[in-house]
Amino acid sequence: MKILVCISHVPDTTSKINFTDDDTKFDTQGVQFVINPNDEFGLTRAMWFKEKQGASIDVINVGNSSSEPTLRKALAIGADKAIRINSEPLDGFFVAKQIAEYVQTNSYDLIIAGRESIDYNGAMVPGLVAGLLKMNYVTNCTKLEIDNGKAKMDREIDGGKETLSCSLPLIIGGQKGLVEESDLRIPNMRGIMQARQKPLEVLEAFEFSSNTNTIKFYKPEPKQAVKLVSADNLDELINLLHKEAKVL
Amino acid sequence: MSVLTYIESSNGKIKKNGFELASYSCELAKSLNTDVVALTINAEDVNELSSYGIKKIIKVNNESLNKFSASSFADIISKVADNTSSSHIVLCSSLDSKYLAPLLAADINAAYVNNVIGLPTNLEPFTVKRSAFTNKAFSDSSVSSEKIIIGLSNNSFGLVESSVSTEIEELDFEVQNSNLTVDSSEKVSGQISIADADIVVSAGRGMKGPENWNLIEDLADTLGAATACSKPVSDMGWRPHSEHVGQTGKPVATNLYIAIGISGAIQHLAGINSSKIKVVINNDPEAPFFKAADYGVVGDAFDVVPRLNEKLKEFKAQNS
Ligand SMILES: Cc1cc2nc3c(=O)[nH]c(=O)nc-3n(C[C@H](O)[C@H](O)[C@H](O)COP(=O)(O)OP(=O)(O)OC[C@H]3O[C@@H](n4cnc5c(N)ncnc54)[C@H](O)[C@@H]3O)c2cc1C
Repeated sequence: MKILVCISHVPDTTSKINFTDDDTKFDTQGVQFVINPNDEFGLTRAMWFKEKQGASIDVINVGNSSSEPTLRKALAIGADKAIRINSEPLDGFFVAKQIAEYVQTNSYDLIIAGRESIDYNGAMVPGLVAGLLKMNYVTNCTKLEIDNGKAKMDREIDGGKETLSCSLPLIIGGQKGLVEESDLRIPNMRGIMQARQKPLEVLEAFEFSSNTNTIKFYKPEPKQAVKLVSADNLDELINLLHKEAKVL
Repeated sequence: MSVLTYIESSNGKIKKNGFELASYSCELAKSLNTDVVALTINAEDVNELSSYGIKKIIKVNNESLNKFSASSFADIISKVADNTSSSHIVLCSSLDSKYLAPLLAADINAAYVNNVIGLPTNLEPFTVKRSAFTNKAFSDSSVSSEKIIIGLSNNSFGLVESSVSTEIEELDFEVQNSNLTVDSSEKVSGQISIADADIVVSAGRGMKGPENWNLIEDLADTLGAATACSKPVSDMGWRPHSEHVGQTGKPVATNLYIAIGISGAIQHLAGINSSKIKVVINNDPEAPFFKAADYGVVGDAFDVVPRLNEKLKEFKAQNS
């Protein structure tokens, strides 16, 4: 089984979000970049298929050279080969077009992406790739088993879950549940050394345009200070929620 | 050119967020100088939409659509968009609608902008405000393609009531076969889901252990609220993963979010920040959540929560 894991290179969850160039660009200064957490769950699940079912794992990122450490980390965790499509990831549509084009000439049985990347929260890359290539697609995927070319998965739905099945090829948008937090792997020294020898292919981007453009970023308005209510005066809290906030 | 909105239903009934979607779509159509068509799939009674300005409904009822299928639903929306020459399609931010949106976008070659929190700020080029970085920031995004799919954030626009008379057209389409099948689905019955709830009662590690969650469930019961939790609580298996909210869990955008024994880590706050009113109950006055909340009580959850619950019961009894 050939697996492709799509890796988004995102600011670490603790990052302070700031902008530069007249609030038109994300300020990367002092920001630590990581594998998008939803993708990391997927990569870790892919490792299970590699170790238990002999699958091979390629990882792909559409990005400039600054995302190479993130791809190297994926190799250190255990992916076999990395592909970087050399371009600024202009928007989700652009990224999906690049990945779909790559997949068309390098077929895969299973493509794993995250349900969304935690920077722009587009929640569209795997769905667009699926739509462009007419592949089976399941997002918010919290469980994935593959047996004899048949996939069984769980999808989170509002207020519950459902179980689905289909044949391969398949693309999923993964999230926690695919593996548990405690299954995530920190690359060891051996993995890091091996990753240096593994192929990291850089391809020129295909000629597509994006269809959205971020004109300006804003930070949320500063919040008013919290109103503290004494634990001995809970009637006052109810009164405020009823009369002032009007939520009761 | 018209505005098409797909309004979800559950067990034949229009879902509550449908009224916000209808309200938004009507205002959007006004600014574009065009009309709105609402599409429902397997809804029975759609009359309530007349109170929110919807003059035309296309009602599709087909047994093969009883189970949600992202590709078949996207296909039907795509056909209706084509029939009605719709250029703007408005979707809600339920998990189902977010699932089908990119499939639809690929099919009709539309741009998809999600997490939209308001009407366009500009029409040439079409520009909308969205949340980004899991609510740590906002952006103005312009769209260059002719067709646009707008994913409206829950509770971001509100309701605009306007009673009109509505024409209902029933249409049927052939449903595509797919080898992707839904084999079973489980909904926790009798409980409100986080996505549909007006009030969410959420608790963290401060609750000490799963055996104490009856305090949280009782409070949620009184308020008709959904229950949620912080990430470590679900990681430790005290509560199901489906309750984990935050940057790597579910986003929450309710009217009232009550956080009990949750410290307010940046990843937690990111996911719940777009809730309108936030209340924190925590015994540590230094907990970061107090900086993010509107109202706060410094106190021991084991003392405060049961007393708050009793007082709320009295309040409910008097005000119902
Ligand atoms: C990559 C990444 C992603 C993450 N994503 C998320 C996410 O999506 N959602 C999320 O929630 N977290 C997330 N986290 C974890 C986050 O950083 C915090 O660790 C977590 O939110 C803390 O949970 P907590 O508030 O329940 O626990 P704690 O931080 O331990 O806080 C418990 C609180 O309870 C209070 N308390 C204790 N006893 C009582 C009492 N008797 N009465 C009242 N209050 C009491 C304490 O004062 C404390 O403030 C993420 C972390 C990482 C690294």
